[in-house]
Amino acid sequence: MSSGNMNLTLKIWRQKNVSTAGKMVSYQVTDISPDMSFLEMLDVLNEQLIQKNEEPIAFDHDCREGICGMCSLYINGRPHGPGSGITTCQLHMRSFKDGDTIIIEPWRAKAFPVIKDLVVDRSAFDRIIAKGGFISVNTGSAQDANNLPIPKHDADEAFNSAACIGCGACVAACVNSSAMLFVSAKVSQLSLLPQGQPERKQRALDMVHQMDVEGFGSCSNTGACEAECPKGISIENIARLNREYLIASLTEKEPKKGSGDN
Amino acid sequence: MSSNKGLFKSSITKKIVMGLTGLFLITFLIVHAGVNALIFLNDGGQAFLKGASFMGTNPLIRIFEIVLVLGLLLHIIDGIIITRHNKMARPIAYYGKGASANSTWYSRSMGILGLLILLFLIIHSAHFWIPNRYAQFTTGHEIDLFGRMKFIFSHAWIVGIYVGACIALSWHLMHGFKSAFQSLGLNHSKYNPIIKTVGFAFSIVCPLVFAMMPISMYFGLIQ
Ligand code: SF4
Ligand code: FES
Repeated sequence: MSSGNMNLTLKIWRQKNVSTAGKMVSYQVTDISPDMSFLEMLDVLNEQLIQKNEEPIAFDHDCREGICGMCSLYINGRPHGPGSGITTCQLHMRSFKDGDTIIIEPWRAKAFPVIKDLVVDRSAFDRIIAKGGFISVNTGSAQDANNLPIPKHDADEAFNSAACIGCGACVAACVNSSAMLFVSAKVSQLSLLPQGQPERKQRALDMVHQMDVEGFGSCSNTGACEAECPKGISIENIARLNREYLIASLTEKEPKKGSGDN
Repeated sequence: MSSNKGLFKSSITKKIVMGLTGLFLITFLIVHAGVNALIFLNDGGQAFLKGASFMGTNPLIRIFEIVLVLGLLLHIIDGIIITRHNKMARPIAYYGKGASANSTWYSRSMGILGLLILLFLIIHSAHFWIPNRYAQFTTGHEIDLFGRMKFIFSHAWIVGIYVGACIALSWHLMHGFKSAFQSLGLNHSKYNPIIKTVGFAFSIVCPLVFAMMPISMYFGLIQ
């Protein structure tokens, strides 16, 4: 064992599939370099398991560079583990000490059922996004500059909201498994921009409705989501969504059945 | 396609109702603390009895009392519905505990703090409000509220319950005050600091004023 490398005990949630009950199982890993990412550490464990002819641990990951939102894991009681502003793929083993016991669990929410081990089904987020409908953004030849006047402040705010990568850490962190931070970011990024003005009200109503249908809890403003969000999405977005929703529900008319429907 | 009809069932509406009723109950706390603080004038309860009897007999305020009870009931029922729904949203609890790193315990415990306050309110209204209204209803006269306070607060264990309830109220307000503004969509970088400061001060001062009533009576500081 080279100097600084660690031996760790891992307590990991194992669950065969969506319909069987799971349990915590202990594993030992040795000679873990502090320079490894958390996911590389799990790769090492999985290689060991495969060599022993055991079932490797299923966990989500894709880009491994902090931009896709695919990696998850509730590590030692916190989504994406210790530290703030990072996803699990950006968590490194130097955040742990030799001899540590690390508890690794999937996101826990009724709306995010466990598919296998540490992998949860986050398609509830996709269905909420789909309810947001479409906007038109010209991507052909460049527009005239300043064709769509957008104040700098609004552009920045919309961009900040659009930084959400849909990882679900906000839901995992929330004592109520509420998806309000995610939904509010998605509603905000469009409601702040001219492209999002058509259907602005309907979008807020439909996305909130879908959020409730999926079985997420309701926000009690603990701020845990904001503290754990890897992209620093602010709960100001939640206040904005509350406003958008209230105004929309008080003023939006029922859409008429017309030739546009299909 | 439309989900407009969901207004009264939506999770956001429930939070807005929680915030509105919460702020309304805060205005009641201010009036209640204000009138009762008259005992600190230490004039043998004269000013307090005048204030209390105005509150207890003025017809307009009596009508408002009904609104108050309805507001309280709405806050309680809405709170129970939200808490139950939120418990259902996470059927399997986490094994690892680390939530203290991202949020305060009291913001995560509003349901249980509310329940403690409700239990206290039952005891408290059995001590004063119910006997007084009962006497008004049957005899047409109010009871001697000041004398009753002195008698009730001569028992250490009752004083303990009252002080405990004030502590629960303090934590409940510490989160609830600013949370109400957030639920109503009132979050603005210009006004957030003042909401936070006022909320913090109120959550300390208001329960402290209340707690000082049984404490000072128990130690005979109010005659
Ligand atoms: S708001 Fe933050 S925590 Fe929630 S899904 Fe988006 S990036 Fe992840
Ligand atoms: S794997 Fe893409 S953000 Fe972690």
